[in-house]
Amino acid sequence: MSAENGSLKVTVWRGDGATGAFETHEVPRQESQTVLDVVSWIQQYADPTLTYRFACRVGMCGSCAMMVNGVPRWTCRTHVGKVATGDSLTVEPLRNLPVIKDLAADMDPFFDKWVKAEAVHHPSETRHDPIRPVDTETEARQQADVGIECINCAVCYAACDTVAGNPDYLGPAALQRAWTLYNDEREANPEAILDAVSGVGGCHNCHSMGSCTQYCPNELNPLAAIAGLKRETTKRVFRRRRND
Amino acid sequence: MKAPPRAHPLWLAFVLHRVSGLALALFLPAHFWVLANAVTAPGQLNSFLHLTEQPLVKLAEFGLVFLLAVHFFGGLRLLALELLPWSDTQKTLAAGAVGVAVLVSGTFFLNAI
Repeated sequence: MSAENGSLKVTVWRGDGATGAFETHEVPRQESQTVLDVVSWIQQYADPTLTYRFACRVGMCGSCAMMVNGVPRWTCRTHVGKVATGDSLTVEPLRNLPVIKDLAADMDPFFDKWVKAEAVHHPSETRHDPIRPVDTETEARQQADVGIECINCAVCYAACDTVAGNPDYLGPAALQRAWTLYNDEREANPEAILDAVSGVGGCHNCHSMGSCTQYCPNELNPLAAIAGLKRETTKRVFRRRRND
Repeated sequence: MKAPPRAHPLWLAFVLHRVSGLALALFLPAHFWVLANAVTAPGQLNSFLHLTEQPLVKLAEFGLVFLLAVHFFGGLRLLALELLPWSDTQKTLAAGAVGVAVLVSGTFFLNAI
């Protein structure tokens, strides 16, 4: 990596959610520099007490998402040149989540909602059963195949205004996971998933603003997944009436 | 914390649907009050109907028809989004709802003036 001319003025949030302040650092600008590189530079060369979270650096683990100039992004795959306004960059912890310290958001509420959405696999077979081939051509499997690309980065959760306005709302990621499992033919209890997502804070709270799909770094479509859940829960109401 | 930029088509469609719904809800009591005059005070209704010949009132009516049309077609769009099999043309449908609303309210306005 060769050093380019000039430097970046990087403003980072320091402190926990309730108390804290912005701090500005001068960071040397480099070719192909990512936002995560910038945050790491501050921690390594300017202030070792800066707290942030990352692991894989290649957009697979979903741990480095932060607000960059007000937009939720995966920082390891976000080039500074594409998002800096002039020479300045503001980095904050993810929106809609409590802050542990500095740039590290507390992900507990986010993952608690995955469990609440029954977005956990209910096995239909045990490890002692022979492996059953899964038909990859069915429409349901195609839907599930798209959904499993989610890296749990919470960018959609930070982008969602419904999450911001309603603390009970399960959010796009948990609902998309629920939709993925609902479409998985190995899932033993799809009805439990529909029960979980049709209650308070469930899929019908979504206002179809589409910010989740707009900002998803993996270009997934949680809005379509939530629409799928809305469709299936609505269908189920009529199905039940018919069976009564 | 500052929210991310929202100027993307589906978010704008959401706001338009909300605002048009609210504006129509606020208009409804006035609408019913004028209609009620037909029974309680026909003379007053007649003088009010003369008022609707004013160009400014025509313009306001154009606004009302636009709100009604954009809310109606926006609502159909939402029903399609939520109840029909998913289509990747959501942004086009949102733009189409506004387009049809402009067409309907524009036709009304041209007819009125």
